[in-house]
Amino acid sequence: VEQQNRLASFEEAVIPHLDAAYNLARWLTRNDADAEDVAQEATLRAFRFFGGFHGGDGRAWFLTIVRNTCYTWLQNNRSREVSFSIDEQTADIESKVPSPEATLIQSVNREMVRHSIEELPLEYREVIVLRELEGLSYKEISAISEIPIGTVMSRLARARERLRQCLESQMHVEV
Amino acid sequence: LNCDETKELIHGYLDGELDLVKSLEIERHLNECRGCEGTHQGNLVLRSAIRENAPYFSAPRGLRKQIRKSLHEAHRVDSTPSRSVWNLGWLRPAAVFAAFALMAVLIWAVAARKTAPSTDDLLAQEIVSDHIRSLMVDHLTDVPSTDQHTVKPWFDGKLDFAPQVKDLSARGFSLIGGRLDYLNGRDVAVLVYQRRNHFINLYIWPADRMADAGISLATRQGYNLLHWTQGGMTYWAVSDLNNAELQEFAQLVQT
Repeated sequence: VEQQNRLASFEEAVIPHLDAAYNLARWLTRNDADAEDVAQEATLRAFRFFGGFHGGDGRAWFLTIVRNTCYTWLQNNRSREVSFSIDEQTADIESKVPSPEATLIQSVNREMVRHSIEELPLEYREVIVLRELEGLSYKEISAISEIPIGTVMSRLARARERLRQCLESQMHVEV
Repeated sequence: LNCDETKELIHGYLDGELDLVKSLEIERHLNECRGCEGTHQGNLVLRSAIRENAPYFSAPRGLRKQIRKSLHEAHRVDSTPSRSVWNLGWLRPAAVFAAFALMAVLIWAVAARKTAPSTDDLLAQEIVSDHIRSLMVDHLTDVPSTDQHTVKPWFDGKLDFAPQVKDLSARGFSLIGGRLDYLNGRDVAVLVYQRRNHFINLYIWPADRMADAGISLATRQGYNLLHWTQGGMTYWAVSDLNNAELQEFAQLVQT
């Protein structure tokens, strides 16, 4: 009975967040097949560790496991991407004076945004996906990415600056 | 707040992650500084551009199916083999039944243990009460006599049994008489002995069982009670005498 309940409560608490899991895995691996592998492995790991889930936000709990599974997978298959660690200190935000591009960005298309996010370093991509696509709070992102809340904010700042620059350069090409 | 401080917090402000005080300070600065206000507006535009255009990858249907299958497999593996024994339908009711049966036996055993001594308990209580009464109402003896040859014949015709009467005065327990009493639903013989200024009531009646039983001890309301069976007779000795001397008395009666 306990075993039956375990599967049932897992399907109730975790499976509804399978889209969020796949979305994160897809953005971090940037590949459909790899994202499926990672999502599947992460789900089975989550099921194995489900005893450690004591209620609360199933999505944040699940995404923590997905994120760790992604990193392990990347380490094993594309170690170059992970070892390219961002430098938080020197990557200073070069906040430009508002330009005409700020308004031009309103006319970006899906392909440009997708390309810009995929071009971000792994750690920046991760916080952008968690914040802008999942709408998670700094506190939740801090827990999932295992970084202080202050770092969540500074990473988001740098990630957005890079996105802006990337989008603007595409706009220039377009224009 | 100056522009540098504002730049530090402007993304927290955008994301609604600042406390009220900091938010108000940022707001005040944005009202006064065109540069920072422009940055903030740019951030708003960028954010909505991303939110509206970034593709959200939903889990493909095939993946969902595959995951469901793997989960059920993992679940089945988890449930075997050691636990599967307990999952077998028949064993569960059997275990429940066994547990109930064991519980019933235990309850019965405890109850039986309790009822068995409880007759003795009641009897001991009755004997103590009778002992106290015999001292209070000055009805210690029906036949006051230190002579066993006077006391023993006195019971003849009054009881359906003949109690042994011993004179133990040589050993420090002087016989002072006998009386009839009613105990445990029957007439019983009572022999009264004295040690210094302590009285001993010795109750005697035919035992339900012929087997001899050794001396067992009890204490009720400060009185010591000794109980044994010998030669088909049940004996209860009760006194305020100390336990050691009362046991000495009992052994003398037995010999």
